[in-house]
Amino acid sequence: MEDIKRRLCDIVGERFVSDRAEELFFYGRDPGLMPPHSPDFVALPGTVEEVREIVKLAFREGVPVVPMGAGMTLTGLCIPRKGGIVLDMKRMNRILEVNDRARYTIVEGGTPTGALKAYLDAHHPRLRFSIPDSPAATTIAANVMIHGQGRLTQQYGFNSDMVTGLEVVLPTGDVARIGSCSLSPDWFSKGAPLPDLSGLFLGWLGTTGVITKVGLKLYPRKKMREVEIFITDSPDFIPDIIYEITHTEMTEDINIFAQPLPLIFKDNHHVVVYFTGDTDEELEFKKKSVFHALDRFIKNKDGGFMTVGPGMKQSLLDMPQRSASTFADVTKGGGFEYSGPIILVEKYPQCSRKLDELAEKYDLKYHATARIIGRGHAMMFAFSFTFNRADEDMMDRVRAALREASEFALSAGGVFWKPTVDEQRRLLQAMDPVTRRLMQMIKRNLDPSGIMNPGNWEVP
Amino acid sequence: MSEAGSMFTLQFDEAICASCPSGACLVKCQYLEADREQAKREMLKIFRGEDSRVLQECVTCYACEEYCKRGNHPFYLITQRREEKGILTAPRAITRQWINIGEPRGKYEVGEIKERALSFGFMPQFKDIVKGKLFEDVMPGYFFGQEYFCNVVYIHFANTAVIKERLPRVIRNIQELGVKEVVFMHDECYAAFSSLAPAFGMEVPFKPIHYFEYLYQRLEGLRGDIRPLHIRVAYQRPCSNRLCPRTHRWVPKILDLIGAELVTRTYQDENALCCGSIFRAMYGYDLAADVQARNIEDIVKSGAEYCVFNCHGCQNALSDRLARKGVRPIHMVELCRMAIGENPGFEVP
Repeated sequence: MEDIKRRLCDIVGERFVSDRAEELFFYGRDPGLMPPHSPDFVALPGTVEEVREIVKLAFREGVPVVPMGAGMTLTGLCIPRKGGIVLDMKRMNRILEVNDRARYTIVEGGTPTGALKAYLDAHHPRLRFSIPDSPAATTIAANVMIHGQGRLTQQYGFNSDMVTGLEVVLPTGDVARIGSCSLSPDWFSKGAPLPDLSGLFLGWLGTTGVITKVGLKLYPRKKMREVEIFITDSPDFIPDIIYEITHTEMTEDINIFAQPLPLIFKDNHHVVVYFTGDTDEELEFKKKSVFHALDRFIKNKDGGFMTVGPGMKQSLLDMPQRSASTFADVTKGGGFEYSGPIILVEKYPQCSRKLDELAEKYDLKYHATARIIGRGHAMMFAFSFTFNRADEDMMDRVRAALREASEFALSAGGVFWKPTVDEQRRLLQAMDPVTRRLMQMIKRNLDPSGIMNPGNWEVP
Repeated sequence: MSEAGSMFTLQFDEAICASCPSGACLVKCQYLEADREQAKREMLKIFRGEDSRVLQECVTCYACEEYCKRGNHPFYLITQRREEKGILTAPRAITRQWINIGEPRGKYEVGEIKERALSFGFMPQFKDIVKGKLFEDVMPGYFFGQEYFCNVVYIHFANTAVIKERLPRVIRNIQELGVKEVVFMHDECYAAFSSLAPAFGMEVPFKPIHYFEYLYQRLEGLRGDIRPLHIRVAYQRPCSNRLCPRTHRWVPKILDLIGAELVTRTYQDENALCCGSIFRAMYGYDLAADVQARNIEDIVKSGAEYCVFNCHGCQNALSDRLARKGVRPIHMVELCRMAIGENPGFEVP
């Protein structure tokens, strides 16, 4: 072990290696409910070459490597379940290029979403990207790698669909370029017209390589942004409401939320609809289209647009939103976790009722959120619970509720998003056997010695 | 409705309606078409519990309460009959949301509550503007929270049951503070105790004072501090002021005192237009958009530099669009504070 530490120091410098207990303590856990497990070392590489050298060292020595962005997944994906080296990518945070005509950017693998946002605000105010609602420290590479979603997901799909190219250090230490950048200086496509090899890395939770560069699509940023909330008293109306709104193709993001507190939100389901425009007229036309699309619900008294006060409006327009942090402290003690399956929008009523049932059964404070993906192709439905970290019993109840929520989601045709290790196992068990075998072939070929984030996506 | 709630019945006199020489309640209505005879006929049908198109078409602008100079409460009657017939004005979710918001949980008193105190209703945000010399003689001494909330808004939703249930308790809560006079910072609250409660036979054991009257008296006392503003202002009159129309006379008096010129508009005084906020929530896009567009165009055309608001709801609904058209939104309290040289919280040109 001393030898590995010395060699890590040789690669990245002594300052960027640690095996001190207090640091390993933090790198051994995330803010969620998964049990902790300490790494043996933490290393912070500053270049692709350093990442290569570390991975080659790990490959030679058979030591696990766990790539880490900001460690915000809540599902334990960066917890080094078998020890080894946590590869903290935060030093690789440079924005390498913005092509404002082709609307894409190339960033290093540890670049936080907040840094890209700030950079675009300052230098390219007519461009934006799909900002997720996770904290601004979340890295772009980790977000696309877990198939994250953001403000533009309703329009353009998962954030991973917006990738235009990758640079990946393979488990052998080789550096692979994925997409147009493999044969051109231009990072305009992650696959087409070539075979799309990005699928070997996106969604694999760091088990097939370390992403060191990401090409990401940028989109027009309009001058104005607005929000409206349509409310209804029954979850049964939600699928039709979403269908009608998405049919207009006039909106930016669409979220849904339901929660019993504060009282203003009790008993109703809230469809939060975002609009953008360069002029009052453009904005008004879009709003009008959406309002009219929902006329029949208003006429039948099944739903209406609520008044959104300036405080609530500002909070909803924030990117990222801070509501999750507020919710996390409802029970005091700062705990928050959710099971967020990707599932059809038509399953919203069942998901909502299941969440009510679980909250009552386990006596928990809850919050339902859904984000529409694509034009209603699917949604991420979050079964969210808040808990007190000092209350073991409450944490156990949350674990049990989340387990039941996951079982329900799978039985209802959903697929877990950023699954815990346990959920990964359940997915693999339920999966079509040929698909499972294909995953096994890929994993074994890319990571023959099983050093990459072991414990995750371990296909039996 | 609870047993207590069912005790309160609307004081509506059929004879007053039958002998009405004008039918003004509906003849003047900006949203319904009716001549004098039709107006009387429809109101009597409503009184007798018969079906009337008015029950379907009324948009709840409250204006008929003002148009009826004989104090017969046509809007309260429409509301009550709608409720009895189960005619929903708003989507269920909107009504439910408002009922939940006002659920009587929360009762806050700040400072020393003396015989005269301020009521912020359930809008603590008033603390951001209610300050300075104008309020020196009562502040800090105010109360707010759902248990002091007037609940009048539910007449928009044809739901007097909630009001009958909650308002007597609110009256009791205020009485228990030992106040003799209450200055209400929102005219819907003032109307609750000066109009609605008496109309339903509820006794009010304190004197409600509208904040316009209070402001005028304070400004009179501070005449020496007033620096005439020399600005042109338009006034956005809210629906709630229709329930206490006598307080409207304070607007020109206050503006005159502080040297602000009240511009002439098409939509002012009895002809004022709704901010559209409630229309939007209840009926969707078209009515609200039409009313807001006409209203804003009228304000802009009037040449006003400022639009003065009495109600936060109106201010929220219209501020952004007015500001983008070069008209500065401001609350009446902020304008008065500006006139005595206080900073209303934003840069004054």
